[in-house]
This record gives sequence, structure tokens and C-alpha cells, in this order.
Amino acid sequence: MSYIVQGDTGDWEVVIGLEVHAQVASKAKLFSGSPTAFGAEPNSQVSLVDAAMPGMLPVINAYCVEQAVKTGLGLNAQINKISVFERKNYFYADLPQGYQISQYLHPVVGEGIVTVDLADGTTRDIGIERLHMEQDAGKSMHDQDPKRSMIDLNRAGVCLMEIVTKPDIRSPEEAGAFVRKLRSILRYLGTCDGNMEQGSMRADVNVSVRKVGETEYRTRAEIKNVNSVRFIMQAIEIEAERQIEVHESGGEVVQETRLMDPNKGETRSMRAKEFAHDYRYFPDPDLLPLELTDDFIEGIRATLPELPDAKKQRFMDDMGLSAKDATTLVADRESAEYFEAVAAKHDAKKAANWVTNDLFGALNKAGLTIAESPISADHMAKLLTLMDDGTISGKIAKDVFEIMWETSDDPEKIVEDKGLKQITDTGAIEAAVDEIIAANPGQADEVRGGNDKAIGWFVGQVMKATQGKANPQQVNQLLRDKLKG
Amino acid sequence: MSLDKNDVRRVAFLARIRVEEDDLQPVAEDLNNIIAWVEQLSEVDTDGVQPLTSVEAMAMPKREDKVTDGGDPDRVLGNAPDRVGDFYAVPKVVD
Repeated sequence: MSYIVQGDTGDWEVVIGLEVHAQVASKAKLFSGSPTAFGAEPNSQVSLVDAAMPGMLPVINAYCVEQAVKTGLGLNAQINKISVFERKNYFYADLPQGYQISQYLHPVVGEGIVTVDLADGTTRDIGIERLHMEQDAGKSMHDQDPKRSMIDLNRAGVCLMEIVTKPDIRSPEEAGAFVRKLRSILRYLGTCDGNMEQGSMRADVNVSVRKVGETEYRTRAEIKNVNSVRFIMQAIEIEAERQIEVHESGGEVVQETRLMDPNKGETRSMRAKEFAHDYRYFPDPDLLPLELTDDFIEGIRATLPELPDAKKQRFMDDMGLSAKDATTLVADRESAEYFEAVAAKHDAKKAANWVTNDLFGALNKAGLTIAESPISADHMAKLLTLMDDGTISGKIAKDVFEIMWETSDDPEKIVEDKGLKQITDTGAIEAAVDEIIAANPGQADEVRGGNDKAIGWFVGQVMKATQGKANPQQVNQLLRDKLKG
Repeated sequence: MSLDKNDVRRVAFLARIRVEEDDLQPVAEDLNNIIAWVEQLSEVDTDGVQPLTSVEAMAMPKREDKVTDGGDPDRVLGNAPDRVGDFYAVPKVVD
């Protein structure tokens, strides 16, 4: 599905590259022993290293290195056995060191591939350029005081993985799908919680446009710090429109940093000062090169969980699910685990139906995640068992599901308490059938006269008379025997 | 490699060091002397020699992922010229 914007002078395509900052889910910071928890009191999670007091030296957190390598492996990427930390020099009030420790010429992870799933069922491979480790900066607040900015260094020094894509993305949809897929992979790996609301994951979006058919890239602009999938997609749309207008009116797109304003629906220049991008990187003399052994890398590879693509393939190949259901179920790890727990004892397709339609439908409507589901996987499996062994009909199962949703009760208990068991006693059903036939001689004649559709009406009446507890197949058979036999 | 006045102005700005207009030329000359002196190193043939990253052949020391620090904002803010609650207060930074 190509995304083409029609301009006054012809058709334009959009070229997009993303730089995603993902916070490593570590307890302590990248180079100090202070904690990383979200929402703490200001400056309560700061060591003298983070505050850049003279003489303080960084010591790397081994766990952060493992998570970066694990993520690299999850992105099918090359792991560099030697990487180097460099200083990225700039001055800002929330960067006490006057430089950010980052990786530049020699990142820990090189090229990789992420396969994204698009709405039309197709997939596309997006190239990963690199992944490197770096420190986060502190947080500035400018709206508390007319003359002063407030600085909280709790985030300063937290380990980020910057994941950079190649300029392979061609539409807002692909960009959204990439971020969702990346987040899913990170969550499967457990290396980042992917929580965009809390800033654990945010993206810089590089956008340029070109006429369809052009092979060179035109000048790009970078939209900084976009913190939701929706805003990323929106920023691309808006920025592409803006650049096309600039090109078509004879202007020139400037390479610059822009900010997205979701309220106004525009991006605007940060009016970055001259030289702002001259970071004068050089290797950090406080840190030795990071050297990884094959044993270390293979040890981490051995701990990788089954990732969404492999799981999806297995759901399709071994369990016979459709691509659509499989994609939905593997999108997050908890959903996949829930489904597998239900499917372990049941027909996979039936389990997939109930989980993706009934359960996900109800969760979406209520705005809940799978972890917050009032219906446990165990109870869901029991509900399917009650259907499979004929204790309740499919129709009654929907009612039981509703009650389970409200009460979180065990379906067996619900069926017992409410007397919802299917009537299998032929005598009881037969009595109900006879009664209905006797009460509706007109319709009965129609059936006898060959109107098969009228049988459906009778089935409905009998089901109603038995509060849905009769077995519909059995009712149907009895009616046919009695009216046509 | 050689620096002119404009290079010095730019480098001084990036380092937030004030160099008066009249001093730019003399500083450029000083820096050029230093660069020329260091550039003598390029006369040494270093083909096939790996960059020296440490005088001792050792692996980078690492720490465990344990919380061992933090929880003392007063210590961290001890030298702050200005604070509001537990925030550093700095002259307003506007992008």
C-alpha cells in the first residue's frame, strides 16, 4: 500500500527514518548506583556521578550491556564485539556533565531487520541501522516560575537504547506499525517496558519528501521527542504536507529540528541556535572500550524467548490460525500467553475466536489490558470445556461469558447457580416441542407443506420455551421427525 | 591543520569561553603552534598498530544492577546556588 500525497505539481512520496529511545528496564542507572523508578520525588534518585560532581567516575552497569545485546539479537542485528563510549558535548541546564556519554563511531549493535505487519495483511522489512547505549538527560520545567527553570536530575544517567532505522519507512502507517512492532519485541525480550506515557519509549522522526520516481533523498527535517504512536503518524502527515508546500512554492526545506504541537496540528522550528549540532564527539577517557566475548553473546542468545514473528508462524503452521488472528494474538506477550493457556486444552481456532472476538472485544470496549481482564485464562478454558462436553450450548456460553465478565466467577459455578445446563433429556425437549406444535397449527401446516424456513421459527420458539437450554440440533431433529417424518 | 579567527570564535562559543575580539588572532596563533607540535606525531608510522585505549591491558570494570545510591537530595543540592524545594533552580532556559 503506497502512500502518495498529491501536490499541485505531481505525486510525492514520503521518506521516513526513526530514532527510537527506549529506556532499559534496569534497577540502577547506566553508570551509577542510583535508582531509575518512575515518578519519584525530585532529585531523590541522583548520585554524585549523575550530578557530575568533580572527580566522580562512571562505572558501567553490566545488566544494561546485556539488555542492549539482547535487544540487538531480538532485532536480528549484528553485535559488535568492541564498542566505544564517546562524549557528545553540548550545554544544557539538565545535562550537568556538559556532555552526554553515548556511542558514536562504534555502537554496540549494528545492522538488523524488523518485519512489520500492515493492516492489509502484508508485511514489510524495515532496516535497522544501529543500536547504541547512552545516558538520558535530566528534566527541565519551564512553567513553574517566571524567571527560573526547575531541574530534576532523576532521569539523568538512566540507560537508553537509541534504535535507529534506515530511511526505509514510506508512510505514517508503516511508521506506526514499526513502533508497535518494536515495542512488542522489546516487551517480549523484557529489555524495555515500552511505556510511552511514562517516557520509557519516545521517538525522533526524520521526514523528507520526494517526487515519485526520484532516487535521491531531499533534505530532511527531524521532529523531536514524539511520545505516542498516534502523534508519530500525525507528525509525519503534517510535516510531509508542509515540506511539499515549501518545495512547490519554490522554497527550500531546511535541515533542522522541529517540534510537534498536537493541539495546533503543526510542527514548528525549534530555531536551534547556530552550531547546535556540532557535538565534537570524542572517546570518553573515563571509560575503556566495551569488549564482548562470543561466550557472552551466545549465552544471551540462549535466553531469548520466542519472539512475535516466530510465535505467529507457529500459531499459523501448528495451530491452523489465520494470519489475522495470529497477528492479533502475538502483538503482546501477555495476550499470546493467555491464548496459549486457553488453547492448550481446546481446539485452537475456537480458542482464538473466543479470545480475539469476545474477550478482546470486551477489553477494548472497557479500555482494559489483558492483564486487567476480569476473566482469567483458566476460567476461559473452563468455559470452552463446558461447551465442548455439551454442558451448555454456544448461545448460553455467550451469556455465561457476560456474567464471568461482570463477576470474575468460575463458569462452572455460574452454570450451576443459574441452572443453565443444557437439557439433554429428550423427553423434556419432546414435551416442549409437542406443546409448541400444538399451539401453532398454522405454522405447522406450512412446514408440512414444504416450507423449511418455518422450521427455524419453531426452533426459536422451543429454545425460548426452554430458556435456551435445549440443544438446538436436537430440537431441529425432533421437529423434522414430528412435522415431516 | 590550521585555525583562523573564525574557527577560534566558533570553538570558543561551543565551549562557552569568552574570547574578546582582539584576542582571537593571538589565540589562533597559540592554538596553531600547539596543533603543529602535536602533528609531529603523524610522522610516526602507525600502520597496523591498534589505538591505545589504556596503559594497562584490562577489561572495563562493571557494576551489578543494584541500587546503592540516591535518596539524598540535600547532598546533591548542597552546592546549588539556588533551589526551590528539591529542584535546582536555574536562570530560565528557553529553547
